[in-house]
Amino acid sequence: MDFDKLSRRTVLKSAAATGLVSALGARAAQAQAPLVVGAIYVGPRDDFGYNQAHAIGIAELKKVRGVKVVEEENVPETIAVQKTMESMIQLDGAKLIVATSFGYFDPHMLAMAAKFPQVEFRHAVGLWDEKKHPKNAGSYFGYLDQAHYVNGVAAGLVTKTKKIGFIAAKPIPSLLRNINAVLVGARKNTPDATVTVIFTGDWSLPVREAEATNALIDAGCDVITCHVDSPKVVVQTAERRGAMVLGHNASQASLAPRGFVTGAEYKWETIYQGFAGNLAKGEKLPNWVRGGYDLDYVRNTAYGAAATEPARRAADAAIADMKAGKPIFVGPFKDNKGTVVGTKTYDNYAPELEGMNYLIEGVVGSTS
Amino acid sequence: MSDMATLATVLFAMIGGAIRVSTPFLFVSLGECVTEKAGRINLGLEGTLVLGAMAAYMVAYETGDPWLGVLAAGCAGLILGTMHATLCSLPRVNDVAIGIALMSFGTGLAFFFGKPYIQPQAPRLPSVELGGWLGNPQLAEALTVNPLFFIGVALAFFLRWAFDNTRYGLLLRMAGDSVAASRAMGVSVDGVRLAATAAGGFLSGIGGAFLSLYYPGSWNEALSSGQGLMAVALVIFARWDPQRCFYAAMLFGAAGALGPALQSVGIVKGYYFFNAAPYILTLLIMIGAGRDGKAARAMPSELGVQR
Repeated sequence: MDFDKLSRRTVLKSAAATGLVSALGARAAQAQAPLVVGAIYVGPRDDFGYNQAHAIGIAELKKVRGVKVVEEENVPETIAVQKTMESMIQLDGAKLIVATSFGYFDPHMLAMAAKFPQVEFRHAVGLWDEKKHPKNAGSYFGYLDQAHYVNGVAAGLVTKTKKIGFIAAKPIPSLLRNINAVLVGARKNTPDATVTVIFTGDWSLPVREAEATNALIDAGCDVITCHVDSPKVVVQTAERRGAMVLGHNASQASLAPRGFVTGAEYKWETIYQGFAGNLAKGEKLPNWVRGGYDLDYVRNTAYGAAATEPARRAADAAIADMKAGKPIFVGPFKDNKGTVVGTKTYDNYAPELEGMNYLIEGVVGSTS
Repeated sequence: MSDMATLATVLFAMIGGAIRVSTPFLFVSLGECVTEKAGRINLGLEGTLVLGAMAAYMVAYETGDPWLGVLAAGCAGLILGTMHATLCSLPRVNDVAIGIALMSFGTGLAFFFGKPYIQPQAPRLPSVELGGWLGNPQLAEALTVNPLFFIGVALAFFLRWAFDNTRYGLLLRMAGDSVAASRAMGVSVDGVRLAATAAGGFLSGIGGAFLSLYYPGSWNEALSSGQGLMAVALVIFARWDPQRCFYAAMLFGAAGALGPALQSVGIVKGYYFFNAAPYILTLLIMIGAGRDGKAARAMPSELGVQR
């Protein structure tokens, strides 16, 4: 017998199946339980950032009749998430697992999707591949780079030093795409603007994020933005130093009454409401959900005190461009090592953009 | 940017980083130093740090006075320290195990009660500007210092003096070096250790208050990310000398600022390596310091005893 695969729950399950725990079996057979959705977050649900944005969306799911939501926060991207998923499926009876963090997918969610083929798994961030991965898994994502592009357009018009600072966690494609979008946006009206990146190495390291913010401002950046789980520390530190701020993930406008320009926000509720609609009608969930401004999956935070009139006008125009599907990454373009990486103009839905592993010319920083 | 300006930026960032980041390390390592000098190891100071940070943020937000928050953090630490000491004074109780249990207890308690305080903004501790007259905004920022830093530095030198020159210092060291001698003197070893562990907890709690009320200055669950544990290791690195704890904390803070500072001036290769600088540095110095056997001699002899 393979003892490695033998868990307490597996034993319970087989016991129930053979009728040893007949009472338990009888209860499970009773009809019409609510549809249980399990949502897993990597950090706290009220972090002013990524997890909060998801939790706001999930809260919309709870309002749907016949849907019960179980949530677990602070689940690390380790074997722990498999245990969480297994417990949500075995103990709570979850039929849909929503895994919101990048590192949950491979190998954890894939392993669970193979083990529980009757359960649907959906992962935020684009990694699901129709050819390679199970059919009961899938991915959904909002193209936040469109909102970051709008951030960049506004930043290009408010910066005086023409240097924008970007505090980034890890060099993954969706994050690099946001950095590049800020640069392209800033260069729309200020062709010699640059974006300086500091990678901290992890999604939530408050002390290092504060250090990075100080270092960028010391190096002459006057507009600060970030892609970390909780931008609270970055935004507060920049505000104290008198720098201008672009938000990320959720609204941080209240944290920077003087320096806030605008921010890139997800609108997960649009996607989750879509899922809820599918579930209510008993339809199969789509495996691949993508969209940006055109589908109302992202938005920009209302302009703050540091957004000047020209910046607001230009940003409004950029939002209109995004809604109309105008491409951000217009070819040909080079990476910041001088290699031509974009030979053509990429449509905002182009699959190549989801594998973006370079920083384009004008970004000061390195992916390794 | 010219080479000189680049160098200056990195240098100022490291000075600033040393001052900004070192304070929690300093307070926790001083707390652990006092505890270990009395012959007991408290590994739970990571939990104390996190609970102190939460308590400080909560009280500062509710009362509007950040200094009351600092006091609350100290008291929270004092309670955890007293718990540790009380549990460890029971027969056949291992202080390392209790420390790890209290670390989980402290962080768990902080996360539980800290939930409603992630969103609100508490008032921040004031700071003193020492570099305004220099006319260099980078240097002025690096030299904007929180009073707790000065208190910590003064405390480090005072403790060093007090260990060597006062009756209480002697009693403390005696409890750490020889239980038999303490008993012969009619001194309650458990009493001394209780006082030392409680005082150590108090100091660590204040280290937490610095994190949540000054730098980075907000409460969330990832706030400490292991700083309490690193500070405990710093005590060994500093050979149980409070003054060296101060140098070690400064060094650690400066090394931590290196990674972000280099990237900000465009030296972007190998940032994972530079981000690991504090740990690599600690390892190298530990290996260097361990070779001559001085560290082993400086260790309070009761610490090694298996109970």
